[in-house]
Amino acid sequence: MIQLSAPFTEEKIRSLKVGDMVEITGLVFTGRDAIHKWLHDGNEPPVSLKDGIIYHCGPVVMKKKGQWVVTAAGPTTSIREEPYQAGIIEKHGVRAVIGKGGMGEKTRLACQKFGCVYLHAVGGAAQVLAEAIKKVRDVHLLEKFGSPEAIWELEVEAFPVVVTIDAHGNSLHKDIEAESSQNLAQLMAQIGKK
Amino acid sequence: MTSSLQKKLQETFIEIIRKTSAELPQDVVDAVVEGLEREAKESRGEYALKIIQKNIELAKKKSQPLCQDTGSILFYVHYPRKLDGELLGKVVKKAVVAATKKGYLRQNSVDSLTGQNNGTNVGPGTPTLHIEPWKKDHIEVKLMLKGGGCENVGAQYSLPDSRIGAGRDLNGVKKCILDAVQQAQGKGCGPGVLGVTIGGDRATGYLATKEQFLRKMKDKNPNPVLAKLEDECLNEANQLGIGPMGFGGKTTLMGVKVGALNRLPASYFVSVSYMCWAYRRQGAKVSARGEIQKWLY
Ligand code: SF4
Repeated sequence: MIQLSAPFTEEKIRSLKVGDMVEITGLVFTGRDAIHKWLHDGNEPPVSLKDGIIYHCGPVVMKKKGQWVVTAAGPTTSIREEPYQAGIIEKHGVRAVIGKGGMGEKTRLACQKFGCVYLHAVGGAAQVLAEAIKKVRDVHLLEKFGSPEAIWELEVEAFPVVVTIDAHGNSLHKDIEAESSQNLAQLMAQIGKK
Repeated sequence: MTSSLQKKLQETFIEIIRKTSAELPQDVVDAVVEGLEREAKESRGEYALKIIQKNIELAKKKSQPLCQDTGSILFYVHYPRKLDGELLGKVVKKAVVAATKKGYLRQNSVDSLTGQNNGTNVGPGTPTLHIEPWKKDHIEVKLMLKGGGCENVGAQYSLPDSRIGAGRDLNGVKKCILDAVQQAQGKGCGPGVLGVTIGGDRATGYLATKEQFLRKMKDKNPNPVLAKLEDECLNEANQLGIGPMGFGGKTTLMGVKVGALNRLPASYFVSVSYMCWAYRRQGAKVSARGEIQKWLY
């Protein structure tokens, strides 16, 4: 298990390889469809994303005794942000993107060029991931976009992920797909022959 | 139906929703554990399954939704003839609204034209309610919550299919099933379970795939031909190497359930639904007085 703690420098990020199991400690910013489109349209983020981590997540957040508390925080499907992600990595100096399901070629290339990684969280693990969130530090654009789409600043501790796109041009998604497609071809060729 | 019975039934339905959203049935938990034991130590597959296992325990302990996508709400209800079925359907919907308010269900039903979410989970087509009278004098309620991520990777094939070389026979069906798993990769939050229908039309085929998910993981298909097909497909899909979450590994699927419907001579559909690891299904035997007598899973 690799520990990845703030600050998230380019050097630390470039040392990660696909397949690494990582626990993140530090600050992450949630961002999903509305924020990605909004940044892509050229709006300036209300908080600097430089050397930051974006988490594709629409958390369920409740106010308890005047404090924000996250009650569920699993990843959402990342591929929806594929048209916007590469530009945001480049322009804002984002160092890592957390989500689920993987991303495409544009993002893979941006990760390689600008020193960023894609970290796959376990889809559906809403409770485990909520437990790894120790504190809600702030929230931005809450009125404008509503709770799931706002930028939440979350302090996380030992937040579990797997590196599936690294900063060296590798993608675990591509590798597994190629491998399983070979296995499939073999299995298909056997069908009806037994 | 007296208003006090309606109230009691509504409470009962809310409890069924809560339990379904927060607790996986034991047969599914057992399948997750089996997968965990199968994966190599210190592998990514084992890592993902350990997190899943911990999530299952935490959700149950905290009585919170297992996954924040509480999914499509599918009810299967049988009721004694003396009850008013129409009214019972209304009580189910009221329970859905109340369970959403309590946070057991996410506000998950969006108007497809305006994009608006009225926050109640009730609207055209939601929740899905299959409700039928029967001769017995108790009510049986089965409920399934099926996430959007896994619903998106379902697939329907019209045979013959030249892309995958599938003809109109069981070998062709098998090719469809394996191809669907390959296409899904890890996107359906695997390890998953497949519900498959051979035959039917496009609508009845998919409808019946969902009913396959009402079966228990370890049950045996009463049709020996289908039982054999299920075993073979499960075994072969797990040779693809996709693994939990698509991270690679031995547990790509936890189960395959297949049913067959008659078809028109002109059509031969194979419909495949994918259920994620967050396989939320519960059921209860409910007395005519509205009390839960027994959990079914
Ligand atoms: S596919 Fe299942 S586990 Fe994954 S996010 Fe959707 S409901 Fe949750």
